[in-house]
Amino acid sequence: MSKKNESTSKTFIVVIALCLVCSIIVSGAAVGLKDRQEANAALAMQRNVLQAARIDFPSGEAAGIYAERIREYRLNMETYELTSASEEELAAAADTESQGDVARRLSADEDVAGVRDLEQHTMFYVALGEDGESVESYILPIRGAGLWGMMYALLALESDGQTIAGLNFYDHSETPGLGGEIQNPRWVSNFEGKQAVDSQGNVEIRVTKGANPQDNEVDALSGATITSNGVDNTFQFWLSDTAYGPFLQKLREGEVL
Amino acid sequence: MASAKEMKQVLFGPIFANNPIALQILGVCSALAVTGSLDNTLVMCLALTFVTALSNFSISLIRNHIPSSVRIIVQMTIIASLVIVVDQVLQAYAYDIAQELSVFVGLIITNCIVMGRAEAFAMKEPPGMALLDGIGNGLGYSVVLLTVAFFRELFGSGSLFGLQILPLATEGGWYTPVGLLVLPPSAFFIIGGFIWVLRTFRTEQVEAKE
Repeated sequence: MSKKNESTSKTFIVVIALCLVCSIIVSGAAVGLKDRQEANAALAMQRNVLQAARIDFPSGEAAGIYAERIREYRLNMETYELTSASEEELAAAADTESQGDVARRLSADEDVAGVRDLEQHTMFYVALGEDGESVESYILPIRGAGLWGMMYALLALESDGQTIAGLNFYDHSETPGLGGEIQNPRWVSNFEGKQAVDSQGNVEIRVTKGANPQDNEVDALSGATITSNGVDNTFQFWLSDTAYGPFLQKLREGEVL
Repeated sequence: MASAKEMKQVLFGPIFANNPIALQILGVCSALAVTGSLDNTLVMCLALTFVTALSNFSISLIRNHIPSSVRIIVQMTIIASLVIVVDQVLQAYAYDIAQELSVFVGLIITNCIVMGRAEAFAMKEPPGMALLDGIGNGLGYSVVLLTVAFFRELFGSGSLFGLQILPLATEGGWYTPVGLLVLPPSAFFIIGGFIWVLRTFRTEQVEAKE
């Protein structure tokens, strides 16, 4: 290697030129592929919703079945009113991390699930039956802190607004094989048919150790106490009056749709 | 220009004679992590081969202008950029696999094989040879990973490329999967077995007794 390479000016020139070239390549790839990536993410979300609603779909046909069976709404978390919003607004509501839409910071007493901020609007999905008219289930996005991070799930309630039809933890960072089992369909199916809330709106569903399967209890995952508690807290929070409680009351009284 | 024999040596040498995993024991981390199914493994192998080949090529292209005081940083910048491009492409065209590989695509940046070839080969050799060396080492990595994934998927989940080969006992078949093979540490045993078989045939790879 020649002496010239080692001079300070040459070092700076090489490094700056390299950084410019590399940043152009990287940003070019990121910008050029953005549309496809967002379409993929949207499709993945549609599949998550279908799974939560226990609607079977052959891979590749998710988008078609979604369009047929699922209706999207935006739920205002203060007035508990539904709006069928424009696509941009729906996208903003679907993005649970979006910062602009925070309604308020939760107080420590309210925030049993570690949610921190309650958003102004959230997504609300209605799954229709095979006939495309009757309501099969309502799907609500819920989330709560697990051991390593936030666990995102979709909770499907049957048309009575009380019974759990399905549950899908679609995004989490729990330990694979232990807490990660929240994604296992076999465990999740334990929730199906249990009462999420009673007719008065009291939260019924619990995740506990040594659960009695006759009650509205689901056995906690062994080796994943903090994750299981997190799932329990998630239900306690989102079904309570702080979050979806009043809305579910309206649903049961048939005042929503 | 190097002779055809030399080129062949550079391209195919790393597959068995100088395998980066089996002989140099580099890049074992991702070999454990992504070999649960053949689909994921194949994509990971393609990604790593692509990154090694192109990083070798581009580093070799500018090797006479890289100041030695910052050479590792220059290599890392090139490798990292390539890895980000691969990650973006996977998220756009193979979304499900990208989700499953998650951090391991990003971790190609720190894969010792890529770094090792850049420092040991690309800094000294012309671009054409460096490209071949990158592809060769990518192939060497792929051979080991695909072997590991073959055994792990076949005996751990009873399938190959997601197709059920051995009917599982839980779904009414006769085969009870080996639970250990689903977990990453099982790859240690298979890599160990691979090295054993390889050294039985190529006795020159056996280390001298101390």
